[in-house]
Amino acid sequence: MMGKKLFAATIGAGFMSASVQAANIEVIHWWTSGGEQKAVTVLAEEFNKLGNDKWMDTAVALGENARALTMQRILGGDAPGAAQFNTSRQFEELIEEGLLLDLTPVAEKEGWTNFIRPSSILNPCMKDGGIYCVPVNIHSNQWLWTNKKVFADVGVKEPHTWEEFLTVAPKIRDAGYIPLAFGGQGWQERHVFDVVMIGVTDEKFWNSVWKDKDPKAASSDKMRKVFETFGALRQFTDEGAPGRNWNDATNMVITGKAAAQVMGDWARGEFAAAGKVAEVDYGCIPGPAKRPSLTLGGDAFIFPKSSNKNLEAAQLKLASMMLNPTIQAKFNNTKGSLPVRADVDLKVADACMKKGLALLDDPKATITPANNYITEDTNGQVQDLVSTFWNEPSMSVDNALSIFKGIIEDAE
Amino acid sequence: MEETMANTAKVSTPRRTKRIQISSLLASAPMAIVAIGVFVVCVGYSVMLSFTKSRLFPNFNWVGLDQYERLWGTSRWVVSVENLFLYGILFIAFCLVSGFFMAVFLDQKVRFESGFRTLFLYPYAMSLVVTGLVWQWMMEPSLGVQNVIQRMGWESFEFAPLVDPQYALYGVLIAAVWQSSGLVMALMLAGLRGIDGEIWKAARVDGIPAWRTYLFIVLPMMRPVMITSVVLLAVGVVRVYDLIVAQTGGGPGMSTEMPAKFVIDHITARGNVGLGMAAATMMLLPVLLVIGPWIYREYVRPAKH
Repeated sequence: MMGKKLFAATIGAGFMSASVQAANIEVIHWWTSGGEQKAVTVLAEEFNKLGNDKWMDTAVALGENARALTMQRILGGDAPGAAQFNTSRQFEELIEEGLLLDLTPVAEKEGWTNFIRPSSILNPCMKDGGIYCVPVNIHSNQWLWTNKKVFADVGVKEPHTWEEFLTVAPKIRDAGYIPLAFGGQGWQERHVFDVVMIGVTDEKFWNSVWKDKDPKAASSDKMRKVFETFGALRQFTDEGAPGRNWNDATNMVITGKAAAQVMGDWARGEFAAAGKVAEVDYGCIPGPAKRPSLTLGGDAFIFPKSSNKNLEAAQLKLASMMLNPTIQAKFNNTKGSLPVRADVDLKVADACMKKGLALLDDPKATITPANNYITEDTNGQVQDLVSTFWNEPSMSVDNALSIFKGIIEDAE
Repeated sequence: MEETMANTAKVSTPRRTKRIQISSLLASAPMAIVAIGVFVVCVGYSVMLSFTKSRLFPNFNWVGLDQYERLWGTSRWVVSVENLFLYGILFIAFCLVSGFFMAVFLDQKVRFESGFRTLFLYPYAMSLVVTGLVWQWMMEPSLGVQNVIQRMGWESFEFAPLVDPQYALYGVLIAAVWQSSGLVMALMLAGLRGIDGEIWKAARVDGIPAWRTYLFIVLPMMRPVMITSVVLLAVGVVRVYDLIVAQTGGGPGMSTEMPAKFVIDHITARGNVGLGMAAATMMLLPVLLVIGPWIYREYVRPAKH
């Protein structure tokens, strides 16, 4: 079975998109939660308004599943019209193999490099002078979302560092609340791990592990502290956590079952969709860390090459539309993310979004996400390790550290 | 359907000595071409890729056994293999036992037999994705069966295997056995109906109780049916993927990871075809080494009556 697929992949690249119908552009994405759906509907409706071309929605739950589907479809010669990725190295090989539509002409005409900020958000799209993807938003990962009422009820202050969290969490638990709303899916475990890592260390250490891939840093005492803090969080989650979706965990904070959740700024969309007010009903704490820093990541769309001229025209039209200032404002306001251009009117920016914007203006407070430095293969190895460590409390920190060191040593 | 199954299962192929005719050669040519093209060539290509440093796209930078070294040094793979063995042995055993009992039950000439038969076979008509999702919901601690029974008053009742790494595999096992034992029941029932009525009469004359007749006389006579069942179930075991993805996603941690999921993850999202193909080759190996000679012995080699 495997062989058949690969065989099809090698010969399939020759006649891409044979099955795509003219002017219908199929878009694969993983925006399936309530807030996300509203945001993606903005894109779809605005695109349909532009003319006869139609947005064909293919929503797949879980980013890794959606990306796997896109890869399979492209390799199998049945590429979608557009597909979502993170602004990272996830799709670099698709560019190298010449499978993606070069957007440079449209980008030059509209001057993308002049208005897309920060420039690091466009870097993963660029290869050998060409531009192969459209970043649509900026997301930051390092946020602790809290339910103000729960903290008031327990009578403790919201934590601003991981140490503080570990001090107040037992009290929250004793008061009958779940201290940490958590979803036990591989990417969420990894997400919390990364947040803890930057929270208890600093940017220099972050870069020495992910960017320089220094095995000494990967097995240092600082890294030990990361694993220990991360492991200490296990006891503050509930038994239903494994397999839970992130938005279901957010909902536990919204409804006051749980006190807090570590999630990226996209969680804001869920609070907003539930009619909650920032810094009144719910709190947002960047970091948590003494000096909070935010990773700048985001979502980007790639457009597989097609021999169908009608489709190609629709792809270029969609690419251009995604960066339109009005659409950027509408889409990002709904989604809870930041626009990729500065000249956008953010009239509805709430208290939490303003906190984020303030941090973004401080270059010292922004860091590059790990997946811009390491391949998906390495990323997956780290995720497997983190997931194993989280779910097997019997696994020693020493053991985890030595495996982690090995992964970083072999990373490309 | 049952009758044909029973017949094919019972009759061992007699040796053909007729000359091979051109027409039959022509008729079987497409099948032979597909078999050689799809299986032999593509499997060979896959095995070849396992010795390369292929990432998302196949290339031919030879690295010898490096991928295999990394594979067996990866705890996720080792855990996947252990999971597969435990799951496979228990799955086949439970399916055979429950399938046999359901078949014996129906063989008692019960009323509404066809109704029961449909009921037992029905889960098999359901896709593994649906099966996985339904059981995931039932095993969810705060919404599923556990919650319902606790609300009825039995507060200490626990049934949420999927959230505990120690028991998650058994949660998957329950769903899989539920889905597949109907198939075994159908095969076994066909086998039971194929047993000569004279044997039953003889056993009754000798005063042997029905359960002993089933266990010591009928069961050994159903050997071909058993083998068919085991082969069908074993094929399902090796390629178990969709059930895992739908029910647990391989979690919690690595507790329900399986080799097929390892392969798919690595050749798609993780972009490491070399490692994925090394894993696929390792999956093929036991099939060739164990099941190949066994099938040859049971089916291909002429019977020695």
